[in-house]
Amino acid sequence: MINNYLCDRMNLAEQIKHLIKKELLLEWRSKYALNGVLLYVVSTVFVCFLSFVSTDKVTLNALFWIIMLFASINAVSKSFLQESRGRQVYIYTIASPLALIISKTIYNALLMMVLTVIALGFYILVFDFGPQDLGLYLLAAILGSLSFSTIFTMVSAIASKAGNGGMLMAILSFPIIIPVLVVLIKLTKNAMDGLDRSVSLDEIGLLLIINALVMSVSVLLFPYLWRD
Amino acid sequence: MYKNWWKVLGAILVIYSTVAGFLMKTPELPIIRESIRNLYFHVPMWFSMIVLFSISVFYSIKSLRSNDPADDIKAVESVNAGVIFGLLGIVTGAIWAKFTWGQAWSFDVKQNFAAIAILLYFAYLVLRNAIDEEQKRAKISAIYNIFAFPIMVVLLFVLPRLSDSLHPGNGGNPGFNAYDLDSRMRMVFYPACLGWILIGCWIYNLLYRLRDLERNKLSK
Repeated sequence: MINNYLCDRMNLAEQIKHLIKKELLLEWRSKYALNGVLLYVVSTVFVCFLSFVSTDKVTLNALFWIIMLFASINAVSKSFLQESRGRQVYIYTIASPLALIISKTIYNALLMMVLTVIALGFYILVFDFGPQDLGLYLLAAILGSLSFSTIFTMVSAIASKAGNGGMLMAILSFPIIIPVLVVLIKLTKNAMDGLDRSVSLDEIGLLLIINALVMSVSVLLFPYLWRD
Repeated sequence: MYKNWWKVLGAILVIYSTVAGFLMKTPELPIIRESIRNLYFHVPMWFSMIVLFSISVFYSIKSLRSNDPADDIKAVESVNAGVIFGLLGIVTGAIWAKFTWGQAWSFDVKQNFAAIAILLYFAYLVLRNAIDEEQKRAKISAIYNIFAFPIMVVLLFVLPRLSDSLHPGNGGNPGFNAYDLDSRMRMVFYPACLGWILIGCWIYNLLYRLRDLERNKLSK
């Protein structure tokens, strides 16, 4: 029994590894998601730079997260919405649903982290927007991309099963992402003002809790969703 | 009749709390004055909403396990009833805010997050309308409902505690129990909460039975 269980675990880890490798390989071949979303972020930042004549730092901070919100919806919703029906059936036959959701989430988290860090660098360059505590801001950016990917991966799975993609994705995910966004903006504002890091522990803890909650709920629910 | 005692109890408690809520003496406080009586209506709405949404999550979990369409209808009808209570909670709160805080929508954290929590359930209802196939709809909407519930708990119970609110009991404001020295208000407030929760369950029960009758008529 225990042996069987361990064997299962090994299998799961192996499957996750292969699925992530598959995603990375596909991405490397087309370089569509990374380049596309990067271009999206860069052009949005330019649009904002040209539209806002003068702004204070609080607005700039909120603007950064709004840009990242739309960029990550576009980047992550691709994970389930753009898989062809045939490929979904193929993956269904060879991998367990747990391995699939975990690997998609990990891959999306990696993608979002790279994107957010590049976008942040570009944003700082264009807007001359220097947070006083850059380390904390980076931590917030990484936590933010993690939360975006956990939530949007599950919601995009739900939206893709429901049939009509983009519109439903926005309706379903905005109310869920708002609490995360509020906490993120608060945390990054602390980082911009260079407040003592102990002040921000509450927000960091809350973000971690939301992530753990969302991740465990999606791991529990995804097998039901995947089975058709 | 003996099975319906809770409906009678709910009706009696709501009538009692309405009459007593308007007639009994309340602590005399500046600014809030007689509008303090809104406590007997505004707060029970939220309690009823949370009870109804919890019922809905319970039936969503059940419907995922059993694939029984009846469980799915129970889940959606309790959300329908809960959304009505949530809207009433927002309206009673806005009226109260108009008189005490000066503006119907004062951008108080609890107001904002409660509105977002209701958006979450509107999204659930829209998701249901987007899917035609009945079994698929039951499954996917049950999954979204379970996924959304912990987020609603965070919105209503965790986030408001992180920032200052105009609501009593938050951000250094004393809660109502600080003024309710002789427990006079509690004698109305607790029965009001229980009464409105029971009425909410009754409304949900009626909505469910109506849908069930329609479904049986269609299948014949």
